[in-house]
Amino acid sequence: MHAALRAILRPLPLAVPSLWLALLVAAPLLVVLVLAFAWPAESVPPIAPPWGAEGPNTEPFALVLEDSFYHAAFAQAALVAAGTAALCLLLGFPMAMGLARARPAWRLPLLMAVLLPFWTGFLPRLGAWIGLLRDEGWVNTVLQSLGLITDPLPLLYSWPALFLGMAHAYLPFAVLPLYASLSRRDPAMEEAAADLGATPWAVFRTVTLPLAAPGAAAAFLLVFIPAAGEYVIPELLGPPGAQLVGRVLWQEFFQNRDWPVAAALAVLLLLALLLPILLFQRLEARR
Amino acid sequence: MPLLSLRGLSKRFGQTLALDRLDLDVAAGEFLTLLGGSGSGKSTLLRVVAGFEAADAGAVLLEGRDLSGVPPHARPLNMMFQSYALFPHLNVAANIAYGLKRDGVPRAERAGRVEQALAMVGLEGFGGRLPHRLSGGQRQRVALARALVKRPRLLLLDEPLGALDANLRERTGFELRALQRETGAAFIMVTHDQQEALALADRVAVLEHGRVVQLGAPRAVYDRPATRFVAQFLGTANVLEGRAAGEGFDCPGLAATLRPEGALPPGTTACALRPERIALRPGAQGPNSAGGVVEEVAFRGDDSLLLVRAEGGALLRVGHAEEDGPPPPRGSAVRLGWEAASVVPLAG
Repeated sequence: MHAALRAILRPLPLAVPSLWLALLVAAPLLVVLVLAFAWPAESVPPIAPPWGAEGPNTEPFALVLEDSFYHAAFAQAALVAAGTAALCLLLGFPMAMGLARARPAWRLPLLMAVLLPFWTGFLPRLGAWIGLLRDEGWVNTVLQSLGLITDPLPLLYSWPALFLGMAHAYLPFAVLPLYASLSRRDPAMEEAAADLGATPWAVFRTVTLPLAAPGAAAAFLLVFIPAAGEYVIPELLGPPGAQLVGRVLWQEFFQNRDWPVAAALAVLLLLALLLPILLFQRLEARR
Repeated sequence: MPLLSLRGLSKRFGQTLALDRLDLDVAAGEFLTLLGGSGSGKSTLLRVVAGFEAADAGAVLLEGRDLSGVPPHARPLNMMFQSYALFPHLNVAANIAYGLKRDGVPRAERAGRVEQALAMVGLEGFGGRLPHRLSGGQRQRVALARALVKRPRLLLLDEPLGALDANLRERTGFELRALQRETGAAFIMVTHDQQEALALADRVAVLEHGRVVQLGAPRAVYDRPATRFVAQFLGTANVLEGRAAGEGFDCPGLAATLRPEGALPPGTTACALRPERIALRPGAQGPNSAGGVVEEVAFRGDDSLLLVRAEGGALLRVGHAEEDGPPPPRGSAVRLGWEAASVVPLAG
């Protein structure tokens, strides 16, 4: 009886996460894959399953792979994600450095401050940017009242606004891995460099920066991967020309109600992101 | 003129005084060890000389030049770190060449000097390796080569043998000594290991509470400890409390009188007596002899350590050499005696 019970209970600790993964990752992925081969239809939901008389629909993949509009959407997403990651690295590096060099008693409060944006909702934060940047927003109002400009600057719905929102949203993803790698280093390393005649700038260039490189690569990928699929920020802050793959996917799904094309886009985005994800995993395994 | 002169150095970290008006002179080409327990200020002293910490008061003079306010990279001395602090992203040759490169030494000369440095520490052919592909002993040599390649007149070494295992320590210690003679640089080595300090140094400076409590040749410091701390830290001498009485020193713990060779400084309250200077002397009477009962016998290879409970209640450490025959068994009553020269009055 006891042995039998144990035989049932033993796989349980593994079974729970496996079930979790099956329900929340594998099953939705399978649904998306099925959708990508389904036929559009005038029904609710607006599809006919791929196992009907016509067989699976290869049209959505063919369309997405051939149409230059979708190519441009992927390229733009990659560029915006890379730009965001670069921006986050640039802003995050000094922050992480300050964190790593802060007195131990200060580190926790400062880390909390880095994570503070996560405590408020994502949409209210974007709302705040809209409030700041729109034509009658605070920035334009202040500049006008100071007499620096007469007509409001077109700040909102622009590329700078898009990158501002992206950097703001993804900065913590860069600061945390950078901080982790910078705080692990042996302070004697930098002292040794100085002792051997390196000026503070040379120490930074030849020791601090190269030692932080794996952390920086991890930070870059950790921002790049989620940023590549971002659709809310381009939608709310970006220019109309910012047709990123996430936004296009959203439009196909909700506006055109073309679920198969949206699903094909989702599958291809996932495949495209496998490379940076694998790269990130290799980096982490090496550390 | 001494190579390095420390004048009244003080450094406070919060509540603790790491250096307390410390004075020290180091001659060119000298091997000096700084010996002290943790918190004695020995590492802080090194860091102040290297420029990583600024002293609160006092001056560091190198060949007469005041180094206050000179940043570490502009100080003409080098340091070897306890953790070695090798650059993990540079290979051995690039690690050693780092300091030469910072000084703008041309590439061809750099390569030659790196080769020399590698040969000096017996690591020919290792230039292309990355530090994590080296053993602990090899890393230690690379750190040493890197610190010496700029031919400093003063090298600071922070526990350079601390991370090595026991049998490597002795050999590396001899090599360190040979390198010091070869290069003619002055070495200041921090250590908490008294044997290391005695074995390698021309002079030993014993530090306690941020001050040099005794400075001298290893044998002199060992034979004539100045204070209770030095006596017990170096070779764990017996420290016998008592008071001066005429020419002798009455020690109630031994129920005996100690009589040093010279005159006893007035007001002496303690004397040191090395365990290996005490011998079994059946029938010995008068000053510089005592009786007791053997409480413990510990065989140590070249000798045995006896713990003898003296008649006055004090526990005396006695070294019993192997050539003097088998040690007395536990519980036996013994008479002990020693030479007047072995009695060292302590100042504090």
